Amino acid sequence: MLTIDAKDQGNHIDLRLQQSPFFPRIKELCLSEQWTEWNGYQTPTYFLDSYIEYYATRNTCAVFDVSPMKKYIIEGPDAEVMMNRLTVRDVRKQKVGRVTYTVWCTDEGRIIDDGTLFRLAEDKFMLCAADPNLDWLELGAIGMDVTVYENSYDMAALALQGPTSCALLKKLGFTGIENAKPFDIMYFPFEGGELMISRTGFTGDLGYELWVDPNDALALWDALFSTGFEYGIRAMGDESLDMARIEAGLLAPAVEFNSALHTVEFRHDQTPFELGLDWMVNFKKPSFSGREALLKEKEQGPKWKLVKLDFEGQKSAQGSLLYADRKCTKEIGYVTSGMWSSVVKASIGYGFVKAEYADGPIFAEIYYQKEMRWYQKVVEGRKHEGAFWWPDRARQTPPADT
Amino acid sequence: MSKQYDALVIGAGHNGLACAAKLARAGKKVMVVEANAELGGLAATTEFAEGFKASVAHTLPQLTDKLVKDLELHKHGFSFASEHLETLGLKEDGSDALRVTGDTVTGVSQDQVDAYKRYSAQMQKFAKAIAAFWQKKPPMIGDKSWASVSTGIQFGLNLRLLGKTDMREFTRMIALPAQDVMDEQFEDEHLKAVLAWDYTMGNKLAPRSPNNAMINWLYRLAGDASGFNKLPIAKGGMKGLIDALAASATSAGAVIKTNAAVKKVVVDEETATAVGVELADGEVVHAKAIISNADPKTSFIKLLGTRYIDIQFTHRINRTRTDGQTAKMHIAIKGEPKFNGVSRADGRMIIAPKMSYIENAFDSSKYGEIAQDPAMEIVVPTMHDASLAPEGHHVISITIPNVPYKVKAGWETEKANLQSAILNKLEAYAPGIKDQIVASDLLTPVDLESRYNVTGGHWHHGELALDAWWMNRPTYEASQYKTPIDGFYLCGAGAHPGGGVMGAAGSNAADVVLAASK
Repeated sequence: MLTIDAKDQGNHIDLRLQQSPFFPRIKELCLSEQWTEWNGYQTPTYFLDSYIEYYATRNTCAVFDVSPMKKYIIEGPDAEVMMNRLTVRDVRKQKVGRVTYTVWCTDEGRIIDDGTLFRLAEDKFMLCAADPNLDWLELGAIGMDVTVYENSYDMAALALQGPTSCALLKKLGFTGIENAKPFDIMYFPFEGGELMISRTGFTGDLGYELWVDPNDALALWDALFSTGFEYGIRAMGDESLDMARIEAGLLAPAVEFNSALHTVEFRHDQTPFELGLDWMVNFKKPSFSGREALLKEKEQGPKWKLVKLDFEGQKSAQGSLLYADRKCTKEIGYVTSGMWSSVVKASIGYGFVKAEYADGPIFAEIYYQKEMRWYQKVVEGRKHEGAFWWPDRARQTPPADT
Repeated sequence: MSKQYDALVIGAGHNGLACAAKLARAGKKVMVVEANAELGGLAATTEFAEGFKASVAHTLPQLTDKLVKDLELHKHGFSFASEHLETLGLKEDGSDALRVTGDTVTGVSQDQVDAYKRYSAQMQKFAKAIAAFWQKKPPMIGDKSWASVSTGIQFGLNLRLLGKTDMREFTRMIALPAQDVMDEQFEDEHLKAVLAWDYTMGNKLAPRSPNNAMINWLYRLAGDASGFNKLPIAKGGMKGLIDALAASATSAGAVIKTNAAVKKVVVDEETATAVGVELADGEVVHAKAIISNADPKTSFIKLLGTRYIDIQFTHRINRTRTDGQTAKMHIAIKGEPKFNGVSRADGRMIIAPKMSYIENAFDSSKYGEIAQDPAMEIVVPTMHDASLAPEGHHVISITIPNVPYKVKAGWETEKANLQSAILNKLEAYAPGIKDQIVASDLLTPVDLESRYNVTGGHWHHGELALDAWWMNRPTYEASQYKTPIDGFYLCGAGAHPGGGVMGAAGSNAADVVLAASK
């Protein structure tokens, strides 16, 4: 007779979310008890107040648990060849100890996902992405002399972001971290093991990501939060991170773009050219997945364009439709992300518009509430080049001790 | 840089040679490199025991008169040992074999004879409607060229010209399992099994498999080298054809190099263009067009390298079904073979008393086991061509479908098991034959793979079914012989129209290379 051991098979009713190695501390601090799900992990939406957490990234420092990120190791003689073909940038130029932000596309040149690629050795890379990508990596490994495996559960990670982040790390004894340039990787001894720190992040500010053995995760958290008290450290949730990344001009998956492998409707996915990532696509590489299709798109021009917009007034344009005229007769696109930015002092956002209207005037039809009553107004969105928020300290090496 | 050729063909299978011959005859400077010492690939003829010669592929139902004429094969020594073999359905009990030839069948009741006549007429009509497309580059979705569009239109038109009733029947029947076709047309179980035989040959399919492509049968019908609906064999074995193809090529200036395995295709890193091949000994040969007679998996993944091609394209190539399912056995015997119910063993003899017999063998294979009751196709080429065996001796050439590529217990032990199953069955239908055996050679799909460098040992370089046919063979973006890599072409059975000794893939590929060089 077939017997099912509930312990072995799992309980199909009580399917809880997983908890990251930092969860015991996060749970303690998460007074709001507001949670969301990310890659199967219980993730705080905000701890107490998303604005306070957001201000910490801009004025002191804040910690975001990025352990649910998907992490993959690509290792072997063909690791460089494989990643060079899988992604759109020239991986051959990426030195050991450097990180790059990159995207990967289908044969049709439609974006599957974006992420950061860490070159850990000549023949070893780590790819970090917000969403699962193992199946794609395995397809990319066909015919390559490489080993591809997921490392997500063997590595916990914290993003420490904000002007005091470098000073705090130095105070913790990670001497030399001030010499890390943006996208550099450094290693430090920690708890008898090794801590990898990369000068990377998702806030556009000075910041680092700390990659640690899950067994040492709580020790790292405790070190940061005890020493960090004087540096104004706070734990941050999903909402504040989203605000910071919009200001920083960074794209969010399933917001600015929709993975081509998940899209059902025709062309509801995007290309690098549509997202303004033209600079990233390296046609000097003779072959990479999607090259032919992307070259064609480059010649013909993209059908849509993502534009950064600075809207009149103070209302967030989140979710608005976009028009070519103030009377809203010609619909041309929509707002993917919008917010009132406290540091920029403007209503900012991204518009995804049909390419032929990208250079003309753009208006958003905003619906907003005042004491439960709905109002509508039309505001012009002026195009903005570059990030909305990108302070000098984010680029300086060594960064100033604020 | 070493010598520059216009075209370099990887592999001297019959398609590679046909391609080389056509290119050379059009004035191109051609080199063919073959890993083995002998030419022909799966159509090679080998001396498996002293004085005994046999060919892996043993009949030529698909060869076309057009190819024979285009390449002047008769002038170069090709001839038939027999222009037509009757198909004989052997009966174990010793009663007269069922005989199928052309539009007639004997050994069954009159109503079955009539049913066969109707069926045969319809199949020939279908086969003729699409026969022209074997000799042409398939259309491709997205290819707006006139050649592509007109081929698509012509295909539709040819089907329409069948008339409303037959066109409807064609579309209804084309993807039916062989069993459904047979059950609706015939009563006689043995006749059904014999007629279903050609539907699945070389494929990992059995009568009940869906998508088993009447296409396969229509292919076999379409050959007309010795007349339409005939089953010829070559004089001198397949070597007769292969040598003629090679002579057609070399007499026009092509160079054929044997024992020259290709290590990899050389790709210009700046332009991602195929510019040559590197041989196992390190020699690099440059050419404007590199044409691979190897199967698509070998061509793209092993020889070209996936670094040069897109990921989803690679995935589709990697997913082509290449597990071979057909074994081959060659037996040398003293004296003439005597089969039950057959006066002379000069036909194509099939051991498959009913469709469920084939299906049961297939079921064993599906689970990685050796069927103890194998279905078999037996030809005795020496009944028509004495040159293949010493005097007073014969060669029995047996094709055994439903033999798994991946065998559960491992081929080390199962090869002997397969051999005894085959010989026991043979003995049951030809009592005393075991005592006549002088030597034998059994080739499992794994042996075929290693001996002929064909992934999975698959006869057709990949399943020949509707999903891998015409503009999807081996997959879209590579179904017009050219590939996503400039200068790199396919000309083997993995390309349209596919397997069987037909030469059309090689000839069509040559047309594409010639058009590109203009």
